[in-house]
Order: sequence, then structure tokens, then C-alpha cells
Amino acid sequence: MHGIITQDERQAVVIPGYDEQIVRWFTLATVIWALVGLSAGLLVALQLTFPSLNFSEYATFGRLRPVHVSGVVLAFAGNALLATSLYVVQRTCQVGLWGGRQLSMLLFFGYQLVLVLALTGYPLGITQSKEYAEPEWYADLLLLAVWLTYLAIFTGTLARRREPHIYVANWFYLAFIITVAVLHIVNNLAIPVSFVGTKSYSQFAGVQDALIQWWYGHNMIGFFLTAGFIGMMYYFVPKQAERPIYSYRLSIVHFWALIFLYIWAGPHHLHYSALPDWAQTLGMAFSIMLWIPSWGGMINGIMTLSGAWGKLRSDPILRFLVVAVAFYGMATFEGPLMSIKAVNALSHYTDWTVGHVHSGALGWVAFMVFGSIYYLVPRLWRSPLWSHRLVEWHFWIATIGIVLYITAMWVAGIAQGLMWRAYDQFGFLQYSFADSVAMLHPYYLVRALGGLLYLLGALLMAFNVFMTIAASRSRRANLRQSERPGIDSMRPSVSEG
Amino acid sequence: MANAPETKVTHGTIERSTTLLFVLSFLVVAIGGLVEVVPLFRLDETIKPVTGVRPYTPLEQLGRNIYTREGCYTCHSQQVRPFRDEVERYGHYSIAAESMYDHPFLWGSKRTGPDLARVGGKYSNAWHVAHIINPRDVVPVSVMPAYPFLWDRDLKYDDISDHLRALRKVDVPYSSEGIIDAADDIRAQATGEGTEGLLARYPGAKLGDFDGRPDRTTEMDALIAYLQVLGTMVDFSDVRLDKPKE
Repeated sequence: MHGIITQDERQAVVIPGYDEQIVRWFTLATVIWALVGLSAGLLVALQLTFPSLNFSEYATFGRLRPVHVSGVVLAFAGNALLATSLYVVQRTCQVGLWGGRQLSMLLFFGYQLVLVLALTGYPLGITQSKEYAEPEWYADLLLLAVWLTYLAIFTGTLARRREPHIYVANWFYLAFIITVAVLHIVNNLAIPVSFVGTKSYSQFAGVQDALIQWWYGHNMIGFFLTAGFIGMMYYFVPKQAERPIYSYRLSIVHFWALIFLYIWAGPHHLHYSALPDWAQTLGMAFSIMLWIPSWGGMINGIMTLSGAWGKLRSDPILRFLVVAVAFYGMATFEGPLMSIKAVNALSHYTDWTVGHVHSGALGWVAFMVFGSIYYLVPRLWRSPLWSHRLVEWHFWIATIGIVLYITAMWVAGIAQGLMWRAYDQFGFLQYSFADSVAMLHPYYLVRALGGLLYLLGALLMAFNVFMTIAASRSRRANLRQSERPGIDSMRPSVSEG
Repeated sequence: MANAPETKVTHGTIERSTTLLFVLSFLVVAIGGLVEVVPLFRLDETIKPVTGVRPYTPLEQLGRNIYTREGCYTCHSQQVRPFRDEVERYGHYSIAAESMYDHPFLWGSKRTGPDLARVGGKYSNAWHVAHIINPRDVVPVSVMPAYPFLWDRDLKYDDISDHLRALRKVDVPYSSEGIIDAADDIRAQATGEGTEGLLARYPGAKLGDFDGRPDRTTEMDALIAYLQVLGTMVDFSDVRLDKPKE
């Protein structure tokens, strides 16, 4: 395994039979969906600041919020997971994708179709209302078919690998794909009103529905946005740092502890609700235990740089990846803290939760994707990145955006929670609910500014990727002219960084 | 790992087998879900029975669907926690039986606006109409979107029986009669006329012209009918529960 990490890139590039076309497509889809999801996020943030921006029945906050959430989770992060996992599994198994070109094309177009169906449905009011599982039954069925195809391709590729061992990144990817399949099936069990209509009713009701939804919801975070991204970390951090993983033992403990503990943590979303106390306590206990493997993983990722810390100064791509892991450490410390019932009593229902989610989503998930994209694009298009300076700009603009976002939400959330429970000297509630809404306005403005900066950074990335591809095309065209036409005999160039 | 001893079973054994890794990962993930979720369906005390909770009337259910369609749950929770301040602000804390017919549950996770679990009966129908058409007319600092189109649009309920039939399949106890007469029940509740069947099936249903225009049954009627029933089904004067926490 360690051999692969430090292996000369040139050797990997010329191994025949790799399906890189599909990885290129998923990478492009990631960039495009990033812009969609982040723009939707900026719009809904502004709607909370200026309600007149709810300009149409089809563009109210309530209908656009799932466009933002699905846009960043299923579309942006999802395409990134598909792109990286299909790249990593081929490289670390030294073999092409199982099922061939047709099946991987089916996976690509199927997944994009699910996303288009889901995201066009929300403005029309088509939603199941379950967070992260908003798509209605028809999109869910299609997603299930697509996901099982993904599972088949990934597992099939693992099974025919040329390497004796399955590399650690693939353990995480595999666990993520399996678990998301299970979560998706159970949480979306529903009876459609009619097979020609869009509406369905959830199989479960009330308290059971709530627990199943948050068992699903928290593990979409735990597996979709964590385990899968840990897989990315275990490949791209050592690759970009040109150092082996810090500790093999730690990665084993990290893997089994993480997937075992995460699945229990869901009920912390339902503290002090009508969910039975035993389930709440169980959820809290496991959420606190989860801190340990999370930090084990963080240490394993960051310490991979030991002996190469200087690279952080010169390499903005590595900085994206390492700061992502640092944010992971921060969010996975904050998460267990917020799962403690006494803390949750204050934080729940407030913008603190929104801030917490975004320190994970912007800092960990998206930074990991950005770093991976900057790693992948030069290698996939055989052309050096158009501008490293622009990566540097992207990094700092996005970092300032995150800091604005999460500090605004911390202050807003804690203030909100304190105002709701404040009593005056006569023993009456001190503030009306509307008072707390009015208090939030400046913080929502700062949050929107943070979101704007973050979107600007992503636009820089999109531009950089576009220019890199354009340069690669013109180079290839020049080569074709100088050599025999029709034969792509260009030597793969090893890109820097 | 290459340096692990090959003679005994180590983690290397798992790493070298796709099947082992697949099966063990699945099992490890399955344990937590099974232990947490399954008992919730088996233990009787999960939902302590109380009197008064009934399935939604067809009009209320359609109002609930509009609430879902508009994403009201993204900003309004429906779950009062057992704290002194919440109980004073919103009313008695929520109990499991109150959402036993909620497919799906709409407890929410965020309070950009106030909790609505017990909003029923707190405001007049006229207040709700004004508030939904333009929230800032009644609450100047509100950031809620305006929903004037609900007031303009006639409620579509020609397929209401299909809705109740689907709900019966997920165990909401609608009677066959209630399913057949669902459209009549909607008209009865929205006009307040010919309500015997409706009230027999749905005791305590609030009646009559929610949007202030007796000649039309609009989406506004349905949404307000739903809001007005929220949290009102259980009479807490004869329910004995634990005291709220400080």
C-alpha cells in the first residue's frame, strides 16, 4: 500500500484500461453543481435577511432551502465522492472499472438525472420534507437503482484488483456506499398516492418516523459527508504531501470505530423531544464516544505531513486538504459537545446548529473537494494547472468566508438560545419571539457576506479548471498537427504539485 | 500489510478479501441501527395512549400537505421541549401520541420562526389570513415569505380519497365511509354545513370558512384548518405527565 502512495505518477498513468473519461465527467459535474448549490445557499441566506427576495411562489425560502441542501450534499459532494472514489479505486487496485464504459456512463447520467429531477421538483413544492431526503418516491427509486449500480461497480472493481490488499481509502468508500444504500431504502419507505402523481406518505409516523429520519440524517453526515470524505483524505493527503499515511494501526482503529459508533448517534437530533429517554441517552453517549475515532482520523491525516510541514507554506492545494482535516477536527469536537443534553438545550433549534453544519460543510467537506479537484484536474487533462496563484486566492477568500459565516452563526445562535430562555425580574419571559428575530438581522447579513465570499472562491476555481482544460485542448490540438493526425500519441506529462 | 504475520488471522485477512470487508462493514453498521430503531416499534411505552388524538380531517390533511409543500417545517418546529420557558411560551410540552398519525413527522429542527406545535386556537382565522398574505402587516420584523397565492388558489381535492387510501395503507385508521365521503367532509368543514358525518368521524373538528370567503374553498382554508388543529386534540387537564424541567 505504501508503495502505491509513493509510486511514480508516470507509471500509474500509462497502465492501460483505466476509465478516466468517467472521472473527468464527474469532476466537471462537481464544479458545476458547486456553483448551483452555493448560489442557492447565498440566495436563501439573503432571503432571511431581506424577505422581499422571496419574489415568487416558486422561489420562497421554504422551497429553495432544499435546492441548496440537495445542491451541495447530493449534487456537489455526491459528484465529488463519485469522481474521487472511481479514480482512487482504479489507481489503488491497479485495474479499470468493473462493468466497463457503458455501466459507468449509466451511473453518470443516472445520477445527474436524479439530481435534475430532485432539484427541479423543490421549486414546484415537491418534497418529502425529510431533511437530506427531500426527493419524492419516483426520484428515490431511480436513485436506488443508480446507487446499487455504483455499489456494483465499486465492489466489482475491488474484487478484480491486482493489488493483494485493499487500500484504506477504499474501506471507507465501501462502507459509505453500503451504508447510504441501507439508509436510503429504509428512510424513504413510502406509499405513493398514485403512480402518476408525485405525492407519497411516509411508511412511518410520528416518533418512529422522527428516529428513522435522524438515524438516516445523521448518518448521511456520518457516511456521505464523513466516511466517504475520509476515504478522500486517505488518498489525496498522502499523495499531495508525498508522504505515507502516518499510522496504519490508527487507520484500522479509526475505520472500525468510526463506522460502528456513528450509526448510533442520530437521536441527539431529538433531545428533549417525545422520543423515549433511553434512545436520547444512547444517542448522546455514542455521540460523545465518536469524538475519539474522529480525532484519531484527524491526527492520522494531519500527522501524515510530519517531516513535510514546510510544504504547507508553498503548496495551496495541500493547504486546502490539511485545513479541511483541521476543520474536521474542529467540527467533530463541536458535534459531541452539542450532543450533550445540557448544551443541546441551548443550541437546538438555533443558528448555532446551522453554524456547526457549515463549519463541517464549508471547512471540511468542500475544502477536501477543492483540494482533490486541484489535484485531479491536471492529472486527468494532462496539463498543468492554469494558475497556482488563483488557488492561493481561492484558499484565502474561502477561508475568510468560513470565518465570517461560522462566527456570525455562533454569536447569533447562542444569543438566540439565551433570549428564548431569559426571564425578567418579575419572573416573566423577557423577550417575545419577534425580539429574537430582529436581533438576528446583522448576523444574517454577515453570514450572507461569508457565503458570497465562499461562492466567489468557487467561481475562481471553476475559472481555473476551465482554463486548464482549454490549455490542455489547445496543446493536444497542436500536438496532433505536428504528429500523425487521428492518433493521440501524446506522452502523459507529469504535472507539478 | 505486508509486514503482518501471515500465519494467524490479522487485519490483513480482512484487507485481502472484498467479501470479508463488505460483510463485516455491513454487520458493524447494522448493529447500532437495529438496537436503536427496532425496540421503538416493539415497546408499548414508546407512545403512551391518551384520549383525543384522531386522524386529521381531509381538509386538515390537505392543509398539512400545503405546509409540507411550502417547506414551513424548515423554519417552524412542532415539538415543545419540557422546559419552563418553552412551556410558558408555547404550551404543554409535546407528547408522542400527538404525532402518531403524522406521516411524515414534521417536528422540524430549526426555529427561525416560533414553534407551531400548539398554535391551534391561539390566533383568529382572520389573523392567520392577514399573516400568511403578508407577515409584515402583523409582525413588522418577520422574515417569513409572503404567501398571497394561497388565498387566490382554489383547493384541489378531486383525488382526496386516493390520499386517504394511501394513508390507510400506512395504518392511519380512516374508515371506508370516511374515504368515500372525504370530498363531502371537506365541503362540510369549510362551510360549516351538513357536518354530522364529519363530526362523527372527527370529533372536535373546527368548522367553517377559514379564509373569510364562504363561496370558495381555497388553499388558505386548508392551511388554516391545519394550523388551528395543531396541539388542540389532547385535553391536558386530564392527562397526568411528569412536571417540566427547570
